[in-house]
Amino acid sequence: MDVLDLSRWQFGITTVYHFLFVPLTIGLSIIVAGLQTAWHRTGKEKYLKLTKFWGRLFLINFAMGVVTGIVQEFQFGMNWSDYSRFVGDVFGAPLAMEGLMAFFLESTFLGLWIFGWDRLSPRLHLATIWLAAIGTNISAYFILAANSWMQHPVGYRINNGRAELTDIWAVLTNPTTLVTFPHVIFGAFVTAGAFVIGVSAWFLMRKRDVDLFRTSAKLAMVVTGVASIGVAFSGHWQAQIMTEQQPMKMAAAEALWEDERAAGFSLFAVGDVENGRNHVNIQIPYGLSLLATNSPDGQVEGINDIQARYERQYGPGDYKPVVGIAYWTFRLMIGFGALAALLALAGLWLMRRGRLPESRWFYRAALAGIALPFLANTMGWIFTEMGRQPWTVFGVMRTAAAVSPGVDVAEVATTLVGFTLAYAVLAVIEIRLLVKFIRIGPHEQAEPETDADSLPALTY
Amino acid sequence: MELTTVWFVLIAVLWTGYFVLEGFDFGVGMLMPVLGRTAADRKTMVATIGPVWDGNEVWVLVAGGATFAAFPEWYATLFSGFYLPLFLILLALIVRGIALEYRNKTASAKGWDRAFFWGSLGPAVLWGVALANVVREVPLDANHEYTGTLFTLLNPYALLGGVATAALFALHGATFLALRTTGELRERATRVTWLLGPATAVVAGVFLVLTVDNPLTWIAVAVAAAGLLATILATLRGRDGWAFTGTAVAVVALVVTLFGNLWPDVMPAVDPANSLTVTNASSSPYTLTVMTWVAAIFTPVVLAYQGWTYWVFRRRVTGAVTS
Ligand code: HDD
Ligand code: HEM
Ligand code: HEM
Repeated sequence: MDVLDLSRWQFGITTVYHFLFVPLTIGLSIIVAGLQTAWHRTGKEKYLKLTKFWGRLFLINFAMGVVTGIVQEFQFGMNWSDYSRFVGDVFGAPLAMEGLMAFFLESTFLGLWIFGWDRLSPRLHLATIWLAAIGTNISAYFILAANSWMQHPVGYRINNGRAELTDIWAVLTNPTTLVTFPHVIFGAFVTAGAFVIGVSAWFLMRKRDVDLFRTSAKLAMVVTGVASIGVAFSGHWQAQIMTEQQPMKMAAAEALWEDERAAGFSLFAVGDVENGRNHVNIQIPYGLSLLATNSPDGQVEGINDIQARYERQYGPGDYKPVVGIAYWTFRLMIGFGALAALLALAGLWLMRRGRLPESRWFYRAALAGIALPFLANTMGWIFTEMGRQPWTVFGVMRTAAAVSPGVDVAEVATTLVGFTLAYAVLAVIEIRLLVKFIRIGPHEQAEPETDADSLPALTY
Repeated sequence: MELTTVWFVLIAVLWTGYFVLEGFDFGVGMLMPVLGRTAADRKTMVATIGPVWDGNEVWVLVAGGATFAAFPEWYATLFSGFYLPLFLILLALIVRGIALEYRNKTASAKGWDRAFFWGSLGPAVLWGVALANVVREVPLDANHEYTGTLFTLLNPYALLGGVATAALFALHGATFLALRTTGELRERATRVTWLLGPATAVVAGVFLVLTVDNPLTWIAVAVAAAGLLATILATLRGRDGWAFTGTAVAVVALVVTLFGNLWPDVMPAVDPANSLTVTNASSSPYTLTVMTWVAAIFTPVVLAYQGWTYWVFRRRVTGAVTS
């Protein structure tokens, strides 16, 4: 393996890992803020208990999001220095804005929320969790704007061998950003919803705190159900924009080799990448043309045709991503997401009019179902990023030209192994902690975060 | 003023914010084995920084992001060049963050507190080593790629820089703890200030004197000395607030000395023809203008709410009783 391969592995592993925590943080922050608002409005003890219970799990997860995020901030410079030199003028701006507008907001107000239960008035305290939650969403917007620029560069020109910003508005309102943001945020709500459903099911199965967890399960089923609809619609828009901006990615996602009118949506295909054709391809008729162009007989470009066109445009080279990966990650994203949505709907049906599911299979499925949206998110990103290859900035800079020339194999190997091992240990710790605090349940007396701080204290 | 100058100053300000705020967090971590005799002490010590450490850490994230936006060449050269030290810093920051957030969530905090100690000591030393190397010249080629090795960075001057920042942060942590706690813990922190104060003054003094090249920065060195002196005098008189102000001033003066001697380079090279300067490392005027507006609007907002946070948590934390 060379520096490029190792750097790609490292970026992929650390970023996918970071994004395991991110969607749960985004979704759960809003759910916790909503529960606290319900407590504030109604004064019902139940909502306070739920706020604290889910808040504790949220914080365990948030800590992981923070520490893995630090690595992300510096990795562009460490492993992709030529990329950073080339795009810093454009790409650095949203990244810096994210720090200044979002990271300060979320970290400062979360500190106030954790330690401020008896220092702030109830209203002010409620405001702190909302501000932290808003911070996580702002953060997502800016980082997705940066990423969307790599998918579809806008508002720049090439000058002195680097990309220079000419229009910040164009970057911040890139159509790619405008569809990616809702997709990712809806995905985050699917994720947080499935998590809450699964954990609540664990309690309901044991008949512990049935009243509390029926409330949170129902809330989460509605969240996941609604968000699933949002994910599907925004995904549909994304697919259309992608067909326009990165036709190769769409073609690879569908293993569609030749230009086609009235193209079907492939469900299962076995292909021959060497020769550019499929052996088996089971399709939903007209599906792809509908998804990509909104019209059953719309024209969709095929891999071989796009390849020929790109060779004319960018010179000789291989402009195909790994078709198998693009194809399967796209399907699995949708598939895992659909299962999560089904689970939520099944739950709503089983729990209608205050009933509880009688058989244990639903609870077991719900518990296992926690994994579904995490898998869907991971598949989505691998699809988006690997489907863009061989480009790191689409049409402008190739991944091979982006890597740090001054860093050697031994160095990247060291950090790749180091981060991977550290992250593996962290995963074990995090899961154990989550399990431990789920077992403790919602009735713990003292707030572990605050007791040392809320002791009788003197002033200066 | 040129926008490149504005951004050079702003990045210096971000590092100043980071070192002044996170400096005492690191100090609290480094003093854990010394001051935290009982589990209750250690809990109190962590509680003094609990609500604020994450917000403090963001200063360095924004410093990184701002460098990327305003001086992409600097960002690229610095972080790819100082690859392994930066990796160690990142690992340490991961360990420290997790230790702080999880120490009260497991049966025993012992292992976490050890992790907190190393996770604080590591960056406190390594940031000093890194910045000292930035100010002193490093080998860069014509493409601004770093051509040295790990050992190039471990030169005596830079190592002294690391000891200086670690000592200063430990002292800053001691004055912070004296200000934020009561009873025995406060007394112990005061004693540490006493012992550490003069030693820090010597180490940091030598480092800063070696750093000065631009005569104007003698003023900053003098301010640093005055800050440390004030700390020692104020500690003698039991004026915790002034003692803390003294170390904070010394930290500011240290950053000013470093950046004052860096200017107008951002990363001087052994061969001056290859040096990165505020001009050849910077972004386009358009990007700098955009970012200047963003910074001008949002920096005061951030300062206001972070300041308010410190106000909310202004009361001393006592570990005397457990409920
Ligand atoms: C769609 C959302 C999203 C995506 C794609 C990313 N992040 Fe992230 N990040 C967040 C959403 C987020 C968040 C929700 O704001 C986090 C997660 C947990 C948290 O603490 O905040 C966060 C934390 C977080 C932190 C710590 C902030 C703090 O201390 O409060 C940093 C430095 C980064 N991220 C940086 C990055 C970089 C450089 C990325 C690109 C490769 C990246 N993140 C991808
Ligand atoms: C958090 C969600 C993300 C995930 C899971 C993710 C995943 C990946 C993966 C798997 C790769 C490796 C692809 C390959 O080498 O074939 C990659 C590459 C890369 N991604 Fe992302 N990515 C995410 C977000 C981002 C964001 C937000 C940015 C920029 C702001 C970004 C920038 C890059 C860069 C610079 C590379 C390296 C060059 C390359 O291999 O193309 N990624 N990402
Ligand atoms: C009907 C269902 C869905 C459709 C049609 C769909 C469509 C898409 C498309 C076309 C992309 C690629 C965008 C690009 O590369 O430009 C994408 C990416 C992604 N998807 Fe989906 N998706 C669906 C369901 C889901 C679900 C259920 C989740 C997670 C819970 C999810 C999470 C993601 C993520 C995280 C990305 C990467 C970020 C991005 O580019 O937006 N998707 N999706």
